[in-house]
Amino acid sequence: MSLAADTHQGSADPARGGSTGAPVDRRHQARRLTLVLAALLLVTSVTSLTFGAAGTSVWSALGDLVAGRELSQLDRIILFDIRLPRLCLGILVGAALAVSGVVMQGLFRNPLADPGIVGVSAGAGLAAITAIVLGSLLPAALRDTLGTGLVPVAAFFGGWGSTLILYRTATRGGQTSVATMLLAGIALGALAGALSGILVYMADDNQLRDLTFWGMGSLAGATWTKVLAALPVIGLALCAAPFLARGLNGLALGEAAAGHIGIPVQRVKNISIMAVAGATGAAVAVSGGIGFIGIVVPHLLRLSTGPDHHPLLPNAALLGATLLLAADMIARVIIAPAELPIGIVTAVLGAPVFLWILLKRRAGLGL
Amino acid sequence: MMGFISNLTRGVSLAFLAGSLAAAAPAERIVSVGGSVTEIVYALGEGHRLVARDSTSSYPPQAEALPNVGYARALSPEGVLSVDPDLIIASSGAGPLETLEVLKQANVAYSEVPEVYSADGVIQKIETIAEALGAGDKARALLDGIKHDLKAAQKDAAQRAGDTPVRVLFILSTQGGRIMAGGRDTAADGIIRMAGGINAVDSFDGYKPMTDEAVSATAPDVILAMDRGGDHGVAMEQLASLPALIPTPAAQNGRLVRMDGLSLLGFGPRTPETIQTLSRAFYEGHSK
Repeated sequence: MSLAADTHQGSADPARGGSTGAPVDRRHQARRLTLVLAALLLVTSVTSLTFGAAGTSVWSALGDLVAGRELSQLDRIILFDIRLPRLCLGILVGAALAVSGVVMQGLFRNPLADPGIVGVSAGAGLAAITAIVLGSLLPAALRDTLGTGLVPVAAFFGGWGSTLILYRTATRGGQTSVATMLLAGIALGALAGALSGILVYMADDNQLRDLTFWGMGSLAGATWTKVLAALPVIGLALCAAPFLARGLNGLALGEAAAGHIGIPVQRVKNISIMAVAGATGAAVAVSGGIGFIGIVVPHLLRLSTGPDHHPLLPNAALLGATLLLAADMIARVIIAPAELPIGIVTAVLGAPVFLWILLKRRAGLGL
Repeated sequence: MMGFISNLTRGVSLAFLAGSLAAAAPAERIVSVGGSVTEIVYALGEGHRLVARDSTSSYPPQAEALPNVGYARALSPEGVLSVDPDLIIASSGAGPLETLEVLKQANVAYSEVPEVYSADGVIQKIETIAEALGAGDKARALLDGIKHDLKAAQKDAAQRAGDTPVRVLFILSTQGGRIMAGGRDTAADGIIRMAGGINAVDSFDGYKPMTDEAVSATAPDVILAMDRGGDHGVAMEQLASLPALIPTPAAQNGRLVRMDGLSLLGFGPRTPETIQTLSRAFYEGHSK
């Protein structure tokens, strides 16, 4: 299980990611990488505001604003009500998924772990399907209040709920067994899949189409409301993540060893699970099912900066956001004025990259 | 945040303004969403006012030359706005709601066309679209013609059916040998009834996969399916070899009727013709 641990050999204090000789270079390298990634995110963000199905250009709009000219209503809506909220949502979701991936892989000491393992995706998916198929059974007053928020709200709480169930199942006497959680997660996933199947059977044609599209993910429905709803949850999780770095580094040695070098193992587990449930739950709620960001980003980064979580966590947030924005740009532009579900783009690009990483690292992983 | 709210209120008030303006100056850049909606716009002779269509709009052929804004229930707000429309005519169920809200903000007029699977449904659709287009006179001619044709077609169909209407099983797909059949409250159910047949499936709503035994028990005289290219003969052999269908009269007599999906299930201007073709296929083969 502890596949990441062997790469720590030669480092004096694995929990700090090493402090002598080569690791110092690595830390410089990691810092440089952070700057490069931040610059890349900035460039991608500006590009993503510039390109779209409509001809609106952020540069000419800026020019107009500087010159004191009023923007046309169409340009204003495209820039401020379509592209800008979509950009913000893309950054939040991309960062959330990538950081969740890093945390999960660290916590489970398994390079294949993704947020699906703590049951977030299964629970969120089931709740979203329930909301799509049975939403019309809700009292009209509640339905009208929630409006387009019904599916996201359901998905978020569904994700949280299933994580809590898993956490309870796997925790005995204040100790959470990661292995139990993994296995119970598979069982819960199967159950959620079966219940979803029943709902899919009950769904009518339109609902089926909605389910399919939800499962493929999209940022197309980005609104400021969604950005503002996701921001506190994802923001909190992203802020908590750096504090997990030392703990996750320690856990790479195994739980017992981590305990011996003074890592509060149970607390690291609690915070990790809550952060991932929150961040992934919110991301899935506002954008549906978007795969591969949580797997590909951490692996790409480990190729260059190794398994140390100190640079890995912030870098994953930056790279995750950048890649998701890039994928979204492809999704928006490639068949304009129609658009592809973004989950298709991330899978088409992500799967081959993942295979390539696997082949490249095969020796290191002992596969 | 404040900017967002003021944008929102401005958008809403402008949308109201646009609503009242639309009555005065007819829309000239129209996006049509829904196969039969596009068909009706062309039938009304207003096809030149379309600037884009959705992915289900495949008839008439010149519609396919228009930019495609994607699937009706997964429209992208920027994609639709990029063709600079002043009116969207969409069959009910187009969306998602988030996109519709942005379009409303952008003061694009929106006309929703109800989808009812009956003769009145066809008339109602054409009336709604004609009103949105401001094409009153042309609509009257088209409506009179279609009302007449619908009545005549249904009368002919009822006559052909007489006292022994055929039982028709609509098969949407046979993925992996599992039959997905059309139940109550579907376009297939509507068109079968209008063509003087009886839907062999009356135990559920919508399109659902059926178990083999249940399919056999429906004992259809005719199988109805959508056309997916010139493979009639082969497809009938394939269908007739499915265990569920072997014992049915339809398979034993080789009675399969296939028709292009949009003209079969579209409930548009071609529906009278569809009824005639279907009922002829149902009954003229039957008497042999």
